[in-house]
Formats: sequence, C-alpha cells, structure tokens
Amino acid sequence: MADLIAKSPLDGASITIGALTLAEFDAGRITSVAPLQGQEAALAKAFAPLGLAFPAPNRVSTGKDARLVWTSRGQAFLFGAAPAGLEAHAALTDQSDGWATLRLTGAGAAAALMRLVPLDLEAMAVEEAARAPLGHMQSILIRVEDGFEILVFRSMARTLWHEVETAMKSLAARAQI
Amino acid sequence: MRLTCPLCGPRDRREFYYYGAADYLNRPAGGDPAEWDAYLHLRDNPAGQTRDLWYHETGCAQWLLVTRDTVTHSISDVALVAAGGASGGGIAAKVKPEGSA
Amino acid sequence: MRIAGKGLIDRNRALRFRFDGRDYAGHPGDTLASALLANGVRLVGRSFKYHRPRGIWSAGSEEPNALVEIIEDRQQTPNVRATMQELFEGLEAKSQNRWPSLKHDLLAVNDLAAPFLSAGFYYKTFMWPRAFWERLYEPVIRRAAGLGSLSGQHDEGHFEKAHAFCDLLVIGAGPAGLMAALTAGRAGAKVILADEGAAMGGQLLSDARPIDGKPAADWVADVLAELASLPNIRLMPRTTVTGAYDHGTYGALERVGLHLPDQPNLPRECFWRIVAKAAVLTTGATERGIAFADNDRPGIMAASAVRSYLNRYGVAAGARVALFASNDDARRTARDLMAAGVTVAAIIDPRPDASVLEDCPVLTGATVTGTRGRHGLREITVAHAGGESRIEADCLAVSGGWNPALHLTCHMNGRPVWDAGLAAFLPSPGAVTGLHPAGAVAGRYDTLACLSDGAETARLILAELGIKAVLPDLPAAEDAPHAHAPLWSVPGKRRAWLDLANDVTVKDVALSAQEGFRSVEHMKRYTTQGMAPDQGRNSNVAALAVLADLTGRGIPETGTTTFRPPYSPVSIAALGAGGRGAGFAPQRFLTSHSASVERAAPMIEAGLWYRPSYFPKPGESTWRESCDREVQMVRNTVGVCDVSTLGKIDLQGADAARFLDFVYTNTFSTLPVGKVRYGLMLREDGQVLDDGTTARLGENHFLMTTTTAAAGLVMRHLDFLHQAFCAHWDLRFISVTENWAQFAVAGPQARRLLDSLLDAPVDLPFMGCGAVSVAGVAARLFRISFSGEQGYEIAVPARYGEALFRDLVARAETLGGGPYGMEALNVLRIEKGFITHAEIHGRVTAFDIGAERMISAKKDCVGKAAALRPGLLGPEREQMVGLRPVNDAPITAGAHLFTPGDEVGRVNDQGYVTSVGYSPTMGGWLGIGFLKNGRARHGEMVRLVDHLRGIDLLCTVADPVFHDPQGEKLRG
Ligand SMILES: [Zn+2]
Repeated sequence: MADLIAKSPLDGASITIGALTLAEFDAGRITSVAPLQGQEAALAKAFAPLGLAFPAPNRVSTGKDARLVWTSRGQAFLFGAAPAGLEAHAALTDQSDGWATLRLTGAGAAAALMRLVPLDLEAMAVEEAARAPLGHMQSILIRVEDGFEILVFRSMARTLWHEVETAMKSLAARAQI
Repeated sequence: MRLTCPLCGPRDRREFYYYGAADYLNRPAGGDPAEWDAYLHLRDNPAGQTRDLWYHETGCAQWLLVTRDTVTHSISDVALVAAGGASGGGIAAKVKPEGSA
Repeated sequence: MRIAGKGLIDRNRALRFRFDGRDYAGHPGDTLASALLANGVRLVGRSFKYHRPRGIWSAGSEEPNALVEIIEDRQQTPNVRATMQELFEGLEAKSQNRWPSLKHDLLAVNDLAAPFLSAGFYYKTFMWPRAFWERLYEPVIRRAAGLGSLSGQHDEGHFEKAHAFCDLLVIGAGPAGLMAALTAGRAGAKVILADEGAAMGGQLLSDARPIDGKPAADWVADVLAELASLPNIRLMPRTTVTGAYDHGTYGALERVGLHLPDQPNLPRECFWRIVAKAAVLTTGATERGIAFADNDRPGIMAASAVRSYLNRYGVAAGARVALFASNDDARRTARDLMAAGVTVAAIIDPRPDASVLEDCPVLTGATVTGTRGRHGLREITVAHAGGESRIEADCLAVSGGWNPALHLTCHMNGRPVWDAGLAAFLPSPGAVTGLHPAGAVAGRYDTLACLSDGAETARLILAELGIKAVLPDLPAAEDAPHAHAPLWSVPGKRRAWLDLANDVTVKDVALSAQEGFRSVEHMKRYTTQGMAPDQGRNSNVAALAVLADLTGRGIPETGTTTFRPPYSPVSIAALGAGGRGAGFAPQRFLTSHSASVERAAPMIEAGLWYRPSYFPKPGESTWRESCDREVQMVRNTVGVCDVSTLGKIDLQGADAARFLDFVYTNTFSTLPVGKVRYGLMLREDGQVLDDGTTARLGENHFLMTTTTAAAGLVMRHLDFLHQAFCAHWDLRFISVTENWAQFAVAGPQARRLLDSLLDAPVDLPFMGCGAVSVAGVAARLFRISFSGEQGYEIAVPARYGEALFRDLVARAETLGGGPYGMEALNVLRIEKGFITHAEIHGRVTAFDIGAERMISAKKDCVGKAAALRPGLLGPEREQMVGLRPVNDAPITAGAHLFTPGDEVGRVNDQGYVTSVGYSPTMGGWLGIGFLKNGRARHGEMVRLVDHLRGIDLLCTVADPVFHDPQGEKLRG
C-alpha cells in the first residue's frame, strides 16, 4: 500500500503577535523512562554516553543531542534520542505522538503564560521544568533561553493554541495603551 | 489555599484533587464486615489537626498525605504517600495470584 | 463649577461625554462624578427602594448613590460607580432606577408609601394568601427589584485572568503604602503595589497640605518615579485587592480598559490571583456620615469628598457650602473652599467646646435637623443653643469621623476590635496570617504617622522574610492629633438615612430592635442594611452604633456583621474570564476529525472529546436513517470507527501482573502473552468502577484500556493503589492514550479488509493481539469487539491516525462498508447487551450486571469484601435486563419500570431504563435497564412509564444479549 502520511497536531503552525511568537516545533523522539526496581545505578551508566543523568524534580538534564526532562516521581521524558540500551533498566513507552509541542518565545513570554499557569514562571530558570495546569489542561513546561516549551496532550493542541493566542493578543493590546 | 508538593513545590489548591481522610491508607487485611464498615464509612470530624489525602492531579500525579488544622488552616506537613506516608504496602501478602506460590 | 488653577486635571484637553442623553465636557483626570459636578449636575440617580433623588456622596469606591449604566456598542454595564469611572472621549452614561426619566420617576410613589414600606415589609406583607406568591407578589417584586439593567445581548467584552507572585504585596498607595513600597523596593524585595485608584497617592492627591515642603502631589510623583525605576517593583494602579485567602493568596480586580473606549483584544478587567509571602494593608479609612432628617438629598456629601473634588479635580461641589462635622480634621474642607474663593455658609459642629476660630460663621453645640430642596439641596435647618435657624446652602459637607478600611482583615473570620478613643473599629492583630495593617487603617490618622508606620511595618515584615531594609528618610508632614467626638444620628421625626444604598433609616433599625431583631446579624437581614453593592462600607458602623444605643448596649457588645470578599463588587465576567466559547473547557479532537467533518458527520461531545455522531449519505434526511444503515453495514459487511478516546495505560515490571490481579476482579496473571482479557474493576465499596480489556504484550508488559469516560478516574485510582499499598513493587505505568490512534474494524468483512491492509497478514484468534506493520509503520492489532461482529482494533502512532482512517474507510467502501459513528456504535452494543457508563453509573455492583462470577474466589481484589456484603446479592437488587416494547414503539432511557396492575408511584418502582435504541437487526426498539430480581423475570411483562415524555407501554423482559447470544459471530 501507499505510505501513511504523518501529521503533526498543528501542521507546523506559528504566529507572531507583538513581541511574542508561538510556534509548533518538532521535539523529535520522546520516550518516557521509568527506572525499574533496583535499576537506578545501571540506568545511570546507560545514560552516561548520552551525557545525561536522571534529573532531580523540576529539572532538565541536557546532553549532547538529547535532553532528559523530569516528569514525575521516578519518571522522566527522554527527548531527541533513541532509548537504545535502556530496555533492561527502565520501563519505556513511546510518547512521541502523544503531545503537542510548542514554543513561546520573546519578551513577555512568562507574563503571557502566567495568564494561564498559576506558577511564578518569571522565577523559573533555564533547565527547569514543571508539570503544571495550563488553563484546564495538564502540561509540561520547560524553560529555555528565550522562552518556554509547552507540551499538552495532542488532542488538546487547538485549545492550547486558542488559549495562548488569546493571552498574546491581550498582552499586545495592553502594550498599546 | 496552597499546598507544598514535596516534588513540585508550593502550588495552588486547584491543582489538587481531594479524596478524604488518611484512614483510606489502612485497608483491612481480612473480610471482617465491621472493619470494612469502619474503613469505608466511619470518620472523625476534628476541629483541629487532621490528616487527609490529596492527589496532585495537574502536577506530578502523586498522592499526598497532608497534615493540617481545620481551625487555623495551617498546614504542618505534606508527605508523599509513596514514600511511606502510608502504613500500606501490606497487600503484597494479601494478593496471591493464581498459580503462584 | 470649576475653580481656576486647582486640581490635577489636564485643562488643555476637553473630553466630550453624554449623560442621560445630554452632551457635556470634562478633562483628562476627571471621573464621571467630578465632570458631572463640574457641569453643575447634582441629581444622578434614584434610590433603590423609595426612588428618592440622589446625588454623589463620595469621591471613591465606597460610593453608595451615584451608580450609573455605561453604554457601549458591544455592551451595557450597570451599577458603575460614577466616582470610579474615569472620563474618556465619547463616554456615554445613563442614570438608573428611574422611569421614564430621572426628574420624573413614576416609582417615586414608593416614597409617599414609605410608612408601609418600612423594614420587614416584604416579610410581613407577601406571606399570605399562599397562592398569591407565584402569580402576583413575585412578578411585581421582580419588576421593581434590582438596580440597573443589562442589554439582554451577549456581553462580548474581553476579560482576563492572571497570576502574580511577590515577596511583599502593598495594598493601597496612600502615604503608608508608598513608604512601605519604597522601603521594600530599595531593599530589593519583589514588591507589588496595588491601588484601586487611577492615580496612586490616595488621600495625598486631595490634600492641600505640603509634604517635604512641596505640594503633596509632587512628593507622590517623585516617589512613584523612583518606584517605577526599580525593576523589582510592579505598580498596579486601578487594581482593587478584593479578598484575602489562605496562605498568602489575594484576589485583585484590575480595571484594564474601562477608562478607554472599548477596543478588541484589550481586556476590560483582569482578575488577579496574587500569591504574596507577606502583605501590608494600607487601605486608609473611609469617612462616615451622620444620620439626620432628610440627609440624602443631592448636594449632601462626605466632607473629604468635597475636599477631594476641590483639590484633585478643581471642582467646587457647591456655590454656598455648609459643613456639619464632629471633628477638627473636616474643618480643612471649609478652609480649602474659602481659600479657593467658595462661600462657606456655616460650620455646624456638635461639640460644645469646639473652636470657633474660622473665617466663616461657626455654630458649636449645633446639629443639622432638616434639609430642603426637591432635586438638590437648597437649605438646611440647624438647631443650636440659640434655637433653630435656616441656612441657605446648595452643598452640605458631612463628617461623622472615620472608619478604617479593615475589611480584608475580616475575610478569614477575623473580628475587628472597638477602639473607644478613636470611636472606630481597628483590625484585630494577626487576623490574617502575613497581612499587616499600617497607617490610617491601623488607626494612625495623621499623615506623618502614616508615612512612618508604612516604612516601619515594611521593614519589620522584610526582616521576617530575611531581607534587611533601611528606613527611608521621613519627609516633613502634618501630625495633628485626631480631635473628635462621635455623633451617629440626630434625633428627629423625619427619616434619617443610615444606608443610602439600600434606603435603610434610623427608624428601620429602631423597628428591627423593637420587633426583637436585636442581634446585629438579625438587624442586617431584617432591614437589608449593608446588603447593597457598597456592602455596608458607608453604613455598618453607624447602624450598629444606633442599634447599640437603642438596645442599651455598648458597641463592642453589639458586635459587627462579617465582612466577606469581595471588598468591592467584582463582575462575574472577570471571575469567569476566558471561560466562554472555546475557552469553556479543553476540546479534544481525534486525528480523524477533519476526515469525519469532510463527510459531513455531526460531532457530539463525549466528555471533552468530539466524536462523529453518524456519517450521512446523500438522500438520508434523519440521523436514524444513517444510524440504521451503519448498524446494518457492520452486521453485513464491515465498518470503521475511531475508538482512540478509550484510555490506554501501559503497565510494565515484574509485579505488573500481580497489580492487575489486585485491581481487577478477575485474574490477569494467568493471561498468556499475545492475548487480551475483559476485566471488571470495582471501587472499594463494591460498586463497579470501570470495565475494559487488557492485553499482555510481554511477560512483564500489559496494555490496559479504560472507558472514555473513566480514563482519568482509573489513572487516579491506579496511582492511589500503587502509591498507597505497593509503592515498592516493580511496577511502572503511564498513560499512552494520546500516543496511539486506534480504529475498530468490525463486520463479516473485517478480516478481508485487514488482509488487504497489513504488510503481512496475521491470523489472530478471538481475543488475540500482536504487533503488525502497516505501510512500514509499526502498529498493534487486537481482536476484540464491541459490536458483536468479528472485530479488530488497529492502533498506529497518532501522527499516522488521519492517514490510516482515510485508508481504512476507502478500503471498507470497496467492500460495501464504510465509517460508522457513535449512534451506530451505541445501537450495536445495545443489541449485544454490552455495558457502558450508562449502566455502570456508580451504584451498580458486579452482581447487578450479572458478573458476580467474575470476582475471583482465589484472591483479594479492590472492592471484593464490600461487594459480598449482605443486601448486595439478592433478589431485592435491581438486576440488568433487556427490554423489548410489545408493539416495537419508541422507549426512553430514564423511564421507570412497574409491575402491570400496580399503581404508578415511587413505592411501587421496580427499576429503570439506562439505554435504548432502535435496532434494525431486531426490527424494533431495544432497551437495557435494571429491574428488581430481573434475572428471574425474563419473559415477564413490565410497564414502562416516562412521565416527562409521555410514554406508558408494556415491555417484555429479556436477556440483555439480543444479538448472537452464543457469540458465534465474534469468534467466527
Ligand atoms: Zn507534585
């Protein structure tokens, strides 16, 4: 049969309003990694070649081409690398298709997101991550140099877009007065 | 109201799902109806210190054992149920899969 | 009337506005109230109950009288305080509570009927006869009640919610607040300074006395300039902190765009949730009135408001002003007016020993006993040692002293403390943890004390937070002591108003006490005092002082009513900001959404999901035609349905099987790899929680499916069981619902369709599962069925979902099949007797659905002990049955079941119907329901009654599995 065409949740959408840009991005492969009982040390060894260490709560471990983002007790998401050699030490699931992945960048990104997220995002530093509500949705937020990476369930991508776009427009309108 | 999740940090009450008294952690081992009646239905309603269960639903998905005062609203402790906040862990003996020793 | 050279308004620019259809002009910096006064407009509204002519009382957010409607293209906003509404070009406002016009109001007849409308009137009058209530009293009261009106259209305005965090929240930017913010700001603390005014400075903006040798407004401007230069300070003007909540949480309402013509995307208001490590309460104090006869006429105003209009807005509130005040401070109003060239007719001071040294007549030991002037004050009557005099005046400035604005300290059950020396309530210490009053709200009324208290309080709070702060130099300012003698009311025969907003008089409070409502809480409810939009900010203390006098108790013994949030009214639109239309709840879309919409499928909500209802074909005019066709299509050829909404939980680890044995009533540790098993979950109380299939993908690897409705619930349940009882087990699980798009392929041709699709066809037995490949994409195939036909579900990573759905549908169509929607899915499962959450609705046991044998006797499981309780297992239980109406007429879910011949009523109720559908397969309507002892009653007749939809007919009770009871088609 013919190839199945792959589609991202928002078809690569992006929008700039005022100083802020919201854009879907390709986060590459995402794998949930949950160390199995007694396998923490072995897993750490397996991560070493990638330059990664299992992150502390609310932290990101950044390696050469991959990131490991804390998502819960005994659970992290591996971004950008195949989980080769981890099978024996951790429960792995493919999460690559389960999330809409967007970036909100530019001056005021924290202010815009704080319309939706009840956390002090202005105090969040690069390489910090949080599981947090975004409106009525569950999200994963990762602070990056010029803004935030936002992950919500794939099916909710359009709602995320609507909510963040509304906040961006509000902020831009406030800046005009 | 705010709760400090041991993992995620201080968060707004709206992030948490409230379950009920910490009694839910003391699951009866046998089938004694009186024990089960107490476990399911009998609760104290203290004016003062109380311990109850909250779930960090929009955060780390951990169950928390919260010690708080119903009069002053002060919260003296928030602990992970999984880290032994519970007296649980006993079901290992209680569940015997068929065909296992 | 404007006074040349005074005020902080921009006289170089004029702003046109309309009030009640007439054009006026004001200036930037004006409020609607100051602009109306400048234009000589004194009558601005009618009172709530008696429709008395009313003017402007205050210059702040406590305004009880001057409530107007603001009219805009997209909305109409009632009950806007003219004293808070900033003027803008084109502003249009309208007075309220009058018809047909402000000057000629027909309901003013209420005022003549006043002897009959006293406190408790409604309670006494509208009681009997009972039948009159619905037909007469309620409609009449509804028409007369309420203030202002809405447009009747959707409010299209944009509102916003936001969150903020700080070390120190400073509530109020008067002298104390500014110094607190300056102290904390210079120390590097993260500060939010919120003030309800458009301009910060509080009373200083209305004060003619210098600070640090310069005009007070200039000192304010200097401080604000420094604060604005500090990156750690956020200035929030036009922001009212409306509530104090647990653990340092505060609610605040920001008026973002209400001072400008409406514009798209600009929020009108923003509701803030501010989390502060600590807060300083510097909300100052509110001037209180004195109750005397006819003290409600337009032109009778708070003395501080008259001063504010003069000094801040350059407006004389009258041409001939009198002052009635029981304290020295209010004398400033007379002096400032005289300095500006306004005539002060007299100062009336009830204190016999008060000073008479002013540049105008001063009457000591005197009181105002009456007023005249139909639509505005013309004359006052004054009683004094020499008798009674009439004094001509068009404005009377009144001051009965000050009430600290301590409301936030009461929001968490704090009770204020009476200070006899100040004749005022003060915040009780520590009433709200972390909230520290400073300045006038703490009873320190002179400016110097406010400045110093604000700085010192901030320094102490910061020290507790571990931040060292240095006190700023204290500027020179006045420090006159507060000289006063409280006067609450002047005796007299005519009505004397306490609560202008709700038309409550001294007589009403007296009547309340006389009729036994002597508790302040009872008095409040009997008279409605304090229940208007100002929430008693102007009247509470005076009303309870009058009540204390009448009942011979002291004020502390009488006590206060409770101040609750919000401090000022908050619009519902702001509280619910964003929760309209697409913002109401997250919308979850399937990967096949566009493909379904292209086929004109109407979408229905299933929880947050949007799922296709049915797929209409040309010529089909009703949903039933499409649904019937789709059901027959699945029964005869093949159908495709997106079932991705079902919850999918991936479980791994050596103890995963053991965990499933605990979670499910039946056993999963015996399930072979590559097989799927149906499982039932109970709650600990024995009721069914959920059902679904779980597949064993590997020795230590399972994939559980949950129902769409209970996906989140089951995850929370599993998390609890795991974390509470077996956190040390080798068990890891996570939701993979969103990662996979999953489609049911069902019908006699399902196998043929899959053979054409899969890269390598597989031969799966019933309830088998395995990895397959579709166009090189790794997929999962399960042989399970929710339709009763040979059925498969195929799952691919969600990015391929849309493509696979289109491909499956195209292949189905070549076989004479096609897509099917929720309606057909529902009929198919009813024909087969499969349950959904319509059946397992939370008070149904395994026994009730005929699945008690699924509770394994060999192991413990959640809910097992409770499920076996006496009373849950007998003929008295309502048990699941199938229902067929005898004449194949439509039946409804929600109908109740009765034994034929019994009277239809609650005591004879035998059960109820949970699901119904027209079955094209059986050629009639089918239902699933619960009937007492139902399993023993197959073949009997029951009477089905639905009063709401007028259905009353007989049904045959049957086994719920109507279609293929032996399951041959499933396995075939
Ligand atoms: Zn947490």
